[in-house]
Amino acid sequence: MNPSFIPNAAIAIQNTILLHESELESLDRAIGDGDHYINMKRGAQVIADLQQELATLPPDAALNRIGMKLLSTVGGASGPLFASFFMAMAKVIKEKGDTSTSTVAVAFAAGVDSIRQRGKADAGEKTMLDVLIPVAAQFTAMAAQNASSEEICTALVLTAEQGMLATKDLIATKGRAAGLGERAIGHIDPGAKSCQLMIEAVCKLIK
Amino acid sequence: MKKFINKTDDILAESLSGFTLAHSDLVSLNLEPNYLTRRQKASGKVAIISGGGSGHEPLHAGYIGYGMLDAACPGHVFTSPTPDQMLAAAEAVHAGKGILFIVKNYAGDVMNFEMAAEMLPFESATVLTSDDCAVINSTYTTGRRGVAGTVIVEKCVGSLAETGADLQACKALGDKVNGHTASMGVALTSCTVPAAGRPTFDIDDTELEMGVGIHGEPGRRRESMREADAIVNDVVHAILEALKPAAGSEALLLINGFGATPLMELYLIYNTAARLFSEHGIKIARSLVGNYTTALDMAGASVTLCLLDDEIKQHWDSPVHTPALRWGV
Repeated sequence: MNPSFIPNAAIAIQNTILLHESELESLDRAIGDGDHYINMKRGAQVIADLQQELATLPPDAALNRIGMKLLSTVGGASGPLFASFFMAMAKVIKEKGDTSTSTVAVAFAAGVDSIRQRGKADAGEKTMLDVLIPVAAQFTAMAAQNASSEEICTALVLTAEQGMLATKDLIATKGRAAGLGERAIGHIDPGAKSCQLMIEAVCKLIK
Repeated sequence: MKKFINKTDDILAESLSGFTLAHSDLVSLNLEPNYLTRRQKASGKVAIISGGGSGHEPLHAGYIGYGMLDAACPGHVFTSPTPDQMLAAAEAVHAGKGILFIVKNYAGDVMNFEMAAEMLPFESATVLTSDDCAVINSTYTTGRRGVAGTVIVEKCVGSLAETGADLQACKALGDKVNGHTASMGVALTSCTVPAAGRPTFDIDDTELEMGVGIHGEPGRRRESMREADAIVNDVVHAILEALKPAAGSEALLLINGFGATPLMELYLIYNTAARLFSEHGIKIARSLVGNYTTALDMAGASVTLCLLDDEIKQHWDSPVHTPALRWGV
């Protein structure tokens, strides 16, 4: 892995979050409590600020640094969830000692699994997991078939988008929208939208 | 948005500094990580720590002091604090008998306090408050939300902790008070999160949001505005439905303002709620009316009923000396 990849991905993520400010804000106003964009922006900013330091670290240490930084700055539900994701990814990469496509796929799946455990949530509950779980499954499957990075990235962008759009028809059972019952139907989940945007940004960087 | 702000990013630090200056006899402030403690550290007791997003003042820092909290961790507006705040606060107030966290039941707060508890070098326990009975179908939720009833939990647990009771006893009382308490809120307007700059939700002049949460999260349903008695009647019935109190039960009635509803209206609500509860055989033995768990500048109010037994009544009545609650001292 190119040492500039993680810092570049951090910048790409920040750019896409900033670019979609009004969309994320209006999704959260519809079914959340209005702080999602602010928290995402704060998280993206503190990680982008670490750019130079991240470039000097091996990938596992860089991911762990990102996780710890998010844990102490973001707060809300996104803080511990994204922190768990990056720290779990870091652990796998450290254990395997490489950043091959198959290792990154396993690490990504471990990260998603840690979000599932920390959030005590699963697919179908109108959360970010409706994007992350299918993306992790497809990533793992394609890596096992030795698909190229380009093929994988093209497919994951589509899967993320489908997962995000599918949250529109779901009733929320986790997260702040959970109090809404059927009133949440018809609105895309803001956390799912942010995850789709971030996956798309990182995949485009690889392609 | 029209608010008293210098720079949006500085609101929290400036407000916390002002709070600490105004109550310098009672509290001390640490910035980065942000936490507040009693001015004089207590000894020989379980340390009670609460925290949550800012914007609900006086919750939680306003309840630091004798008979209530040892420390509070304020997050950004409507956003849970982070584990490093809880760890630093715990380090500052731990007095050898463990840490009890009082946490409102929201995903973010639960997760951040959970991670803090996992990293904590001391024995700890957590009371999750979940008094909001607004959300009807609990199979669609992560459980009820913690709202103004949290104040009653913090008061009673704080009182017990002063007697030197151990961690498990403090947790047990907190869980009991929470189980005896139900709340429901109504919003007449939205609140505006300063960093967002515009109202969290749209609501017409002719509408109200029944069962609103303390962050402006929607509740049971959007309704047409009606006269106060009719609105309070629905809230009182939701609470009776949730608590199913036996006739003759004694209770504490808390009417809480969300930030932009005048006391005059809160007392009007009290008048109606007290009458309706009495008609259902509830004896209102204690009361509290005012802004105790706010939602920034939202107009609206919540009604909280806590069923009293001798133990809860004793700990509610015991002396307390904090910026926002003070009696018996």
